[in-house]
Amino acid sequence: MTNGAAGTLEAGLQEPWPTRALQREGVGVGMWIFLASEVLFFSGLLITYAVYRSLYAEAFRVAAARTDIVYGAINTMILLTSSLTMTVALRAATAQLRQLAIGCLIATAALGLAFLAVKGLEYYGDYTKGLILGAHFALAPPETQLFWMLYWVMTGVHAIHLTAGILIVLTIAILFERRIVPLQASTTEGVAIYWHFVDCVWLVLFPLLYLVGR
Amino acid sequence: MSLDQFTTAASDYAHSIDRLFWLLVIVSGLIVGLVSVIIVVFLAKYRRGSKAKRSEMPEWLSGEVEIGWTAATLFLFLFIFWWASTRELIALTPPPGALEIHVVAKQWMWRIQHPSGVREIDELHVPSDTPVRLAMTSEDVIHDLYLPALRLKQDILPDRYTYLWFTATKTGTFHLTCAEYCGTDHSVMAGKLVIVAPQDYARWTAAQPQGDDLAHQGEALFRSLGCSGCHTPGSSVHAPDLHGVYGHLVQLADGRTVVANEAYLRDSILLPNKDIVAGYSPIMPSFSGVATAGQLVELLAYLKSLSSDASRDGAQQ
Amino acid sequence: MTDMTLPFAPVEELGTESYLDEGHTVMSWLGTTDHKRIAILYALSITVFFFIGGVAIALVRLELVSPQGLFLTSDEYNRLFTMHGIIMVWFFLVPSIPATMGNFMLPLMIGAEDVAFPRLNLISWYLYVIGAAFTVYVLIAGGVDTGWTFYPPFSSNYSHSNVVAAAAGVFVVGFSSIATGVNFLTTIHMLRAPGMTWFRLPLFVWSMYTVSIVMVLATPVLAMSLLLLTAERVFGLPIFDASAGGDPILFQHLFWFYSHPAVYIMILPAMGVVSEVLACFSRKHVFGYAFMVYAMFTIAVIGFMVWGHHMFVAGQSPFANLVFSFLSFIVAVPSAIKVFNWLGTMYRGHIGFEAPMIYALGFLGLFTIGGLTGLFLASVPIDIATTDSYFVVAHFHTIMVGGTVSAYMAGIHYWWPKVTGRLYNEFWAQFAAITMFLGFNVTFLPQFIMGWEGMPRRYHIYPEVFQAYHVISSFGALILAVAYLMPLIYLSLSLINGERAGDNPWHARGLEWQTSSPPPKKNFRTPPRIDRDPYDYDVREEPPEPKIGKAL
Repeated sequence: MTNGAAGTLEAGLQEPWPTRALQREGVGVGMWIFLASEVLFFSGLLITYAVYRSLYAEAFRVAAARTDIVYGAINTMILLTSSLTMTVALRAATAQLRQLAIGCLIATAALGLAFLAVKGLEYYGDYTKGLILGAHFALAPPETQLFWMLYWVMTGVHAIHLTAGILIVLTIAILFERRIVPLQASTTEGVAIYWHFVDCVWLVLFPLLYLVGR
Repeated sequence: MSLDQFTTAASDYAHSIDRLFWLLVIVSGLIVGLVSVIIVVFLAKYRRGSKAKRSEMPEWLSGEVEIGWTAATLFLFLFIFWWASTRELIALTPPPGALEIHVVAKQWMWRIQHPSGVREIDELHVPSDTPVRLAMTSEDVIHDLYLPALRLKQDILPDRYTYLWFTATKTGTFHLTCAEYCGTDHSVMAGKLVIVAPQDYARWTAAQPQGDDLAHQGEALFRSLGCSGCHTPGSSVHAPDLHGVYGHLVQLADGRTVVANEAYLRDSILLPNKDIVAGYSPIMPSFSGVATAGQLVELLAYLKSLSSDASRDGAQQ
Repeated sequence: MTDMTLPFAPVEELGTESYLDEGHTVMSWLGTTDHKRIAILYALSITVFFFIGGVAIALVRLELVSPQGLFLTSDEYNRLFTMHGIIMVWFFLVPSIPATMGNFMLPLMIGAEDVAFPRLNLISWYLYVIGAAFTVYVLIAGGVDTGWTFYPPFSSNYSHSNVVAAAAGVFVVGFSSIATGVNFLTTIHMLRAPGMTWFRLPLFVWSMYTVSIVMVLATPVLAMSLLLLTAERVFGLPIFDASAGGDPILFQHLFWFYSHPAVYIMILPAMGVVSEVLACFSRKHVFGYAFMVYAMFTIAVIGFMVWGHHMFVAGQSPFANLVFSFLSFIVAVPSAIKVFNWLGTMYRGHIGFEAPMIYALGFLGLFTIGGLTGLFLASVPIDIATTDSYFVVAHFHTIMVGGTVSAYMAGIHYWWPKVTGRLYNEFWAQFAAITMFLGFNVTFLPQFIMGWEGMPRRYHIYPEVFQAYHVISSFGALILAVAYLMPLIYLSLSLINGERAGDNPWHARGLEWQTSSPPPKKNFRTPPRIDRDPYDYDVREEPPEPKIGKAL
């Protein structure tokens, strides 16, 4: 996938970019614009949360007290660490340190999977506490259902984004490892921006879901 | 059915809206006419091959003219906004002492309850020259009461009250219909708005089959549903006294102070933990699913009758 | 060798081949990353859906000839108007100009080889196709009957139709929009040819820029509102359900926060096309270029602040009504400015009457009418009387059909020679354009009148007093249907035996016209350097006659 004039251009350059530097900048610009759309996507949920919290503050306090802050805190630490490994991966890619870059990408994906595993345990715990919405919902008053609805939807949508991120990180790690795509900063930077965004979303969700009831 | 049942302006408000409408039609007509004439003239004069003069336009022409027509457009639009808003603001405050009629909308019919207890299906009798306030709720999906002759409509929501008020000035039978898509028979959810002279309204009310007025029915429900078990002086359960509560301020446990209007009373019955009164525990059970929409109307009428200020129709919706 | 100042690498090994010659297999089309081929893939897809949506409404208008209905049940009727709305809004109008003409012309107009992310471009088309597949499933499975607006609680707890599949289709196609927007914004920022400064960009490019901002920021909110609605319907989660304290009006706020900017997604590109066509067929620069740019930005920004004007009777506070009404009047001002500037463009020009120009003139008249009726609706008391009536239906169709579809047709005809290298039959094109204009007016003018008189919308059975209006309107729809079929015929014939267009049959000054028709795969054989303003026509010289098609 190199540019027309055979062999004279840098490997890894995609059409229609004239230089790798411009391509890297372009990928960054594109990813930031995409993140703007993601911010608006989560905003719908945050607005819903804000409206219902302002209407039913007491019910939210009661409901939020049932979230498992231990799992939440562990997950926060996991995700922050994964952002660290992602940053190192990006620096390594820029400096063309193959082993470090690919290793850190894998570590990032592994930490992401750890987050999902902890989340799975937490979801199971929520289920045994009767916090699945429906006929067997354990809490009164009825407005506590609104908090827990938001919990399931917000953490669910976040988890879907995280899963997509894990798959992308693993994919580029494999592409780099097998030299299908040359190790380069532009690809890694785009993925890193996205990964940090998913982390930031969690940093907003954590206080709203775990710290409000306490 | 004739077109008059739609197009007659049956109130002063309707007349003022018609005036605004025709103002806009005239303004729009002039603008469309002007634009059309300009286009036609340009097409003729500047068609390819014609001998019209085509030198460059002077710079100052473009800057000044642009600012000029921008400002003119802005002022025109602000004028229209002002005219429309004043019509709207005038109609904003509900008239005091209005005759309150309850409307319950459901797929695909209208249930009307007059304060005298008279019930109607798909027909709304109102007296002319009398302020009328419709308190409306839905039993299922969102509907909308549309009264073309009054130039009014309002969405009707489940588990909430919305309001429409008017003073009709023309007697007659007019169209009433649903204007928010609500399913299969949305287009046949129609009825009649019957505006009669006040004395005819009184005669009509008296001629209806006897039924207790709403407040008396509500009092009976207050006992049969068990409300009086807690909400009477001497009850072992600590519950707020409801005498005089309607229309007055209530101090809530979370520090807020609210007016006890219909919405508040209704929520207190259906969602009792939403606004806990200061000094009380959240122990009241919810009557959601127990009291029907019609029964709620009657309970509210009873509670209002317990207040010495029953004529104060709620400070806000 | 690589020239660092060029926007792309030297292309000396290109011959006289065009992008159409680069591969003739199905895979060379389905796997293409060439923005020009992707534009054509989109054009074919949206044309199919335009006609499906058209058939739906043809059945509706036929049914409405009788106040009691003719051959449909109310459920079938409700599903037909819903499908018409969903298909036309999301599978035709939103992608129409950006995904076809934006994709094809944007890189050409800025002197680039392609868009910034060609593979993302192809993915955006596949997202459209997946969304469309859901919609086809819905059609086969019996449709959905919630109205294109999907209001709960009807859509979550009461409808017995394919709500989830329909919502899924719209959800997916929304990401097609977002991908297009991301691509266009990055392209315009980063791949302009040397000398192409911001204020030398053609207005069509500015319209792609502003529409991309709206697509990127508004569409995700629609996605979230449909996600929440689906969660409520499928899992019974009480989100908009009042029994647990939820609020159905919250859905309306979330939905209209997208759906009002959506109408600007539909009109901004149309405005871009009209500027290009009017400049070319008046042989004159666009009057007030800077104001035209600022106007588009103002529309895009303030367009995000007026959504509540769809909810004046929904139960929102009178204060909110006042604020939204005020802002709705303000957002009308830049649109009016653009109409004046288009007239100013024609003033002292050399005006031709070719089909693109007829469509653009139709746009001018109908957009003016549509915009003015918007003022009626921005006035709260008039809106209270006319919302949910045919007045509103006529208003938005005047803008979307009279406006956007006219501009889309103008663009199709204007750029047809560039895209295909062929000329279409000019007489039939002009005939179709005029027929469309007349058919439009016969269809929708009666709707304004009956809407004011009290005819509600989304009504299968209606009061007999309105029958005359409905019959006239349905007759107009028949005229429109015939008019829409005509281009299908003469444009197809043009592909088979139309005359060769040559590089620039309209003698236009745009950069896209300085390369061959059709263009080579990398757009320009010699890399362009830009050193002039767009639309630098010299009005003092005698205009050359355009090359027009005569063969049929």
